[in-house]
Amino acid sequence: MSLLELRAVDKIFGGLHAVRGVSFGVEKGAIFGLIGPNGAGKTTLFNVITGVYTPEHGQILFRGKNIAGLKPALIAERGVARTFQNIRIFRTMTVAENVMVAGHHLHKASIAAAMLRTRGYDRDEQALAKRAHELLEILGLAELASEVAGSLPYGSQRRLEIARGLMLSPELLLLDEPAAGMNSQEARTLNEQIRFLRDQLGLTVILVEHNMAVVMNVCETIHVVDHGETIAQGTPSEIKSHPKVLAAYLGEEEPANEASA
Amino acid sequence: MRAVIRTAVAASVLLVIYGLQVGVEAGFTEYVQRIILLAGINVILAVGLNLINGTTGQFSIGHAGFMAVGAYGAAFVGVKLSAPVHDALGPGALANAVIFNLALLAGALFAGLSGLIVGMPSLRLRGDYLAVVTLGFGEIIRILFNNASFLGSATGYFGDDPSGLPAYTNFFWVFAWTTVIVVLIHNLTFSQTGRSLTAIREDEIAAEAMATPTTRLKVTAFAISAATAGIAGGLFAHMQAGVRPEDFRFERSIDMVVMIIVGGLGSISGAILGGIFVAVSLELMRDLQQYRLVLYALLLIVIMIVRPEGLLGTRELHHRFWRKKPAKAAGPTESA
Repeated sequence: MSLLELRAVDKIFGGLHAVRGVSFGVEKGAIFGLIGPNGAGKTTLFNVITGVYTPEHGQILFRGKNIAGLKPALIAERGVARTFQNIRIFRTMTVAENVMVAGHHLHKASIAAAMLRTRGYDRDEQALAKRAHELLEILGLAELASEVAGSLPYGSQRRLEIARGLMLSPELLLLDEPAAGMNSQEARTLNEQIRFLRDQLGLTVILVEHNMAVVMNVCETIHVVDHGETIAQGTPSEIKSHPKVLAAYLGEEEPANEASA
Repeated sequence: MRAVIRTAVAASVLLVIYGLQVGVEAGFTEYVQRIILLAGINVILAVGLNLINGTTGQFSIGHAGFMAVGAYGAAFVGVKLSAPVHDALGPGALANAVIFNLALLAGALFAGLSGLIVGMPSLRLRGDYLAVVTLGFGEIIRILFNNASFLGSATGYFGDDPSGLPAYTNFFWVFAWTTVIVVLIHNLTFSQTGRSLTAIREDEIAAEAMATPTTRLKVTAFAISAATAGIAGGLFAHMQAGVRPEDFRFERSIDMVVMIIVGGLGSISGAILGGIFVAVSLELMRDLQQYRLVLYALLLIVIMIVRPEGLLGTRELHHRFWRKKPAKAAGPTESA
């Protein structure tokens, strides 16, 4: 059984059919790429999976249970973490605090316990800080733990989003253009970090990415969408030479520029 | 050990406050004492309002309403408790202290419950709905008290005694409560809950994606904020002979907003400074009473131009001295 399975998902905004009948399954432990030209519906799919949008039709099964239409917080609690295309870190908070925000399940102390600073509260707080530090270490951000998050360079902010997502102890991690704004060396490090997350932490990763060097290098299966519809799925080498994919990216008659934002 | 240390600290703080009370009552005129008490009450209001307006980023402009609920609630409960408690404990300071603090807690409870009722529908949504709803609430509450005959309608509530409400409020109680509330709100702000509230302010969508129960936290913070305004209201009520609806006009909500904006939205020490600033400046501007809103508007415009983050921004005074600098790890691990 797939960890995540989309069955004929539709998302319609007014007259725009942003996602049309998309179905795919992501096996546990996979690194799964979701690509397509700009406006193809990749981020909309992420938003549908994480509960930001409710799909008009179709099912989204996570561990066999339909999560379509659940609130984002509930889906996150069930083990789906994500990052955002246009970075959404908590800018005025420190790097460590950003990560700790996602640690509710480690912090059982009540609000009254927090106000009175009970022993139980202190214990939870320490456990949380320790876990946050471990995750920052994995993403190479440990040294920046007490920096204000908004002051970090772009690439570090993206990795901070990943660390924050990991704090949920997720099974599935959705990365929305994690390599955007990274230089080629940072992107290579990112590749290693994504593999580390899968190999060492047992995560399943879905990746939306425009940087083909990253996608082709790290993904085992790639799913291609265009105008909200599936046009291909396969291994990186299959996708590279797939005629429909080439047509979608390069255009058949008039050239389209996939690099434009 | 922890409990022993805490009790010792609490006892010495109360002792210091008591000592200061003796000094203040001997050394200052009634007029100055009144300003000091108002400053303490303002600090409670500002620190409480800052939790919701500053830390959580949800704008309330009707906190005078919660203060009114607390004031009337405490006054009413205090009057009703007076006879049974005096029967049980006899006359004297102990009985008065029991009545007063129970009355204050009752006022806080009423105000907190009104906070829940106001917050539950309006905080489910993102955006500025809270501002509109609290603005309406503040006015509705005042008009309700204006017409509640068992609470004296427009004349105000003065209790059953012809001499008015007992003047329980003094330096000790104001600053004991101020200390308690500042410590509790400080601990809350710098806790996991406080981090979640700040995260809601910074980016509610991201906070939700990180499994933060945003609505529940916003409503809880709002109710706590309303309850602190209720305590301030109870202290205010027992400073004078009675509570009148016109004590809780829209201008008072604006005063509170000015306190936290002057001090710096999101900073507890800023809220404390802002509360004191407004108490003092209101006295200095007494002769210009009718121009007060104009002057405040001017002040806000100047702050927005010169220092939009307020006196302290989101910083805290004590963190300058106390916040530990983390040890730098040896050797670079970052590849970029």
